[in-house]
Amino acid sequence: MTIHATECLLRLHDQHHELEDYQSGVPRWCTGCGDNAILAAVQRLCRDEKLRPEKTMFVSGIGCSSRFPHYMKTYGFHGIHGRALPVAEGIKMARPDLDVFVNTGDGDCCSIGAAHWIHAIRYNMNMTVMLHDNQIYGLTKKQASPTSPRGLKSNTTPRGAYLEGLNPLTVTLGVQNVSFVAQAVDWIPEVLYDIMRAAYHHNGLSFVRILQRCPEWLPDMFEPFMHDPMKTKLLTHEKGLQLSANLSKVYKNQEQHDPSDIHRAREIASGHDPIPVGILYHNPEVPVYEELRHAGQQRSAGYIKTNFEAELDKFTVWPPKADSKVQPSA
Amino acid sequence: MTETMDTAVKSRPRASKAARPEQGAKPAVTLSENIVEIVSDSGEGAQRCGQTFGAIASQMGNGVWTEEIIPAEIRPPARSVAGGSGNRIRLGSGRITNGGNETDLVIAFNEQVLLGRVRTGDLKSDCTILLESMWREAKDPKIVASYIETHDQLVKAGYRVIETPMERECKTIVADAKRGKNMFALGMLCSIYSFDLQIAREQIALTFGKKDASVVQSNVKLLEAGHDWAEKNLDFKYRIPAARSAEPQIVVNGNTSLALGVLASGMEICAMYPITPATSVSHYLSSVFEKVGGIVHQAEDEIAACAFAIGASYAGKCAVTVTSGPGYSLKQEGIGLAVMGEIPLVVINVQRGGPSTGQPTKVEQGDLLTSMFGSHGDAPKVVIAPATIEDCFYSVITARKIAETFNMVVVVLSDASLGSSQQPFPRPQFSEAWLAPPIDQSEIPAGLKPYDWDATTGLARRFIPGQPGGMHTLTGLAHDRLSHVAYDADSNEAGIRARSHKLAALQRTLKTPAVFGGDKGDLLVIGWGSTKGAIEEAVGNLRAEGRRVSSLHLTFLQPMAPGIKEIMQRFKKVITIEGNWSDDPKDEIIDESNRRYSALAMLLRSRYLIDVDCWSEVRGQPIKPATIQRVILEKLKQKEQARP
Repeated sequence: MTIHATECLLRLHDQHHELEDYQSGVPRWCTGCGDNAILAAVQRLCRDEKLRPEKTMFVSGIGCSSRFPHYMKTYGFHGIHGRALPVAEGIKMARPDLDVFVNTGDGDCCSIGAAHWIHAIRYNMNMTVMLHDNQIYGLTKKQASPTSPRGLKSNTTPRGAYLEGLNPLTVTLGVQNVSFVAQAVDWIPEVLYDIMRAAYHHNGLSFVRILQRCPEWLPDMFEPFMHDPMKTKLLTHEKGLQLSANLSKVYKNQEQHDPSDIHRAREIASGHDPIPVGILYHNPEVPVYEELRHAGQQRSAGYIKTNFEAELDKFTVWPPKADSKVQPSA
Repeated sequence: MTETMDTAVKSRPRASKAARPEQGAKPAVTLSENIVEIVSDSGEGAQRCGQTFGAIASQMGNGVWTEEIIPAEIRPPARSVAGGSGNRIRLGSGRITNGGNETDLVIAFNEQVLLGRVRTGDLKSDCTILLESMWREAKDPKIVASYIETHDQLVKAGYRVIETPMERECKTIVADAKRGKNMFALGMLCSIYSFDLQIAREQIALTFGKKDASVVQSNVKLLEAGHDWAEKNLDFKYRIPAARSAEPQIVVNGNTSLALGVLASGMEICAMYPITPATSVSHYLSSVFEKVGGIVHQAEDEIAACAFAIGASYAGKCAVTVTSGPGYSLKQEGIGLAVMGEIPLVVINVQRGGPSTGQPTKVEQGDLLTSMFGSHGDAPKVVIAPATIEDCFYSVITARKIAETFNMVVVVLSDASLGSSQQPFPRPQFSEAWLAPPIDQSEIPAGLKPYDWDATTGLARRFIPGQPGGMHTLTGLAHDRLSHVAYDADSNEAGIRARSHKLAALQRTLKTPAVFGGDKGDLLVIGWGSTKGAIEEAVGNLRAEGRRVSSLHLTFLQPMAPGIKEIMQRFKKVITIEGNWSDDPKDEIIDESNRRYSALAMLLRSRYLIDVDCWSEVRGQPIKPATIQRVILEKLKQKEQARP
């Protein structure tokens, strides 16, 4: 990759951006949709981290959640169903200088794109992945998703879902090279923001599952959790989240969890009730794929020419009386 | 698994003679060309022998075309008819453009792999066969019986079988004769074709140079032993006059040529998933790409490989994904996204036999229509087909350039034959103009839109992440010039029109391809891809006999260059010759109302409203020039008969 002079210029003053600088259009999500809360947290994060809009990339697949990039005034890539992760990986490999975020839903990530999800964890490229998990297909109008709980009635499971829901946290924590796993809920914005910030600062793939309400198709899904704070277990730690005094007053069900402890993280991840919220696992030492591959190298035409000619030499049959200047010495 | 000769092989009167030469010098018979094969069980080194022989022949200055004989399995059972592995080399005085017709000489390490070659019908009826004779003394009486039976039948059928004690001779030099036999065979070939043994020694040093000196030494000894044995025991020797080119030549196969093209094009990211017969493109790239700043990403699947390449292309420079039929099918949705988002992308498809898993190691030209019309909806993309090993190299450079000039998907259709065949071509002179321009990070002027389609050409400036003022969300949904999702009729139609017009804009820049032969006549043969050498050889031979036949070879399949209709109109009859399926009108159920035409014939008929006929073959092998000659003569005859 070529680094341009414009890139090398020192920025003499910090650019200040307002929230509006990251906002684009009016979100077309339903009133009360959890995606709105995620959007608000992310726009706040961009502002607070002073992300340059032109160097920030939101990549998504297909589904309600994947409309997300359209509402950010950054570069966005709203691709095809299930393939947000490999597109994002290609972008990051070509341009490690970009901040890459991925928005994907429970159908997009855990069903049609499941293969990419597993491998994205293993590649551990430096990007922030938000799994907008509302446990239902919304855009196609209420079909069971892989994370729908058993018994959930939907248009494709009118007598109730036959299978247990897939747990994205335990799956992610089971994959080699996992480096950051967190869970947030859309209805505690303060924690959602803190988690997103920690995820953004992690060098590697940050996987944030966000439980998200779908007021249209599953209006009561998370009602009990919203009404009883004891049904949410907040994970706190000096290396993880620190809660504000106000929040601690409301959410008394807390656990001191060291995010470097993967075994405990896996135990916590398998719990549904109370819902664990916080940073389950964080390991900053896992190698990052684009760094292993030395992405973003500069190369000049002369450099390519030299190496290309050296390759051709390997396959060349020289004419009988070749000029010694032309023919390389053995 | 032991099989015996087909009874179908007809007996011939001629018997095999003792091969021992008379005392004194052995005169070399001068030939203009010869086809030689070396075939063994997989892992016995026949391929290395063949490749090295091809390289020596190139050094000698002979025209060469080498083809791999590949079993479908990695370790097929030893001594099996389907398990033969090796190389087929056509040597000539002048330039050789294809694999030619039947084989003149075979070295076989056992009679079973030889039978496999006999059954393909690829050997000349009086072919000379140097057959490993150790099986006559095998411990297993079944093997002995099989060997003797096959040997006797081949002799009876008219082949000139020379029993050769390769193993026995090698054992005097190396402990593991099974692994050294290939260099012994190489020595025999050097004697038979009067090659300079010093060039062979140097080539061995080059081949085994990475290993220690003793390996080179023992291989050279084996080479010399083979040479000596042939000098003493064979009663024939050939010389194929050669002239080394005054220009440096590159000797690589089509897949390596494609990979060199990727290097030279300035592309930096190749995303792939392993698939036969395309994988060796990535093997070579993986070994060298990082040295020149590139990355080969082996993705988790074909879909991911396509998506990864799309992401990389979108964010920086055009990227490439390399695949074959089944993988190409899997990439279709991604390709549609690249079309819709106007993301430059090069997709290399090294075609194999289909449909489904089909014939992974065999050649077919079955993907032309799917390359053009694959992906749902109207998804115009550029399709080009290299016709030679040299073309493989330049086609990637051209593809990259078109992809980034027109923001389009460019499909490069190679095939298993080009991929594994070698032919020398002039060493490319590197040009900076081949390289992709640096990534544009300049500010987008106010008012410019991400899809500001030009009213005539449909072209729009590409916005690249990092460019201030260019922020927008690319989408696979229908969109307007601002890249906003747009479901309205006008926006949808405007986008489709713009993407379509880009093909027309490219078409306007193309040159009419040159006709091979006379510019008018009785019959025009049109082909595409790897059949070029064979078609032109057949046409050349027929023209030498006075037939008014010419050929036209298309590199651009979509869009097609201007002037093709005018060329066709100058001939009384036009047919395509292709390596894909077409119904034969002679089959009982087939008539003009249901006949399925070959891909290119169908395209030419629909585009130019000319009654283009076709002939095709799906036998998993390159079409032979002699076959094409026969087809052309038949078609000419049909035409004459049809005359009132």
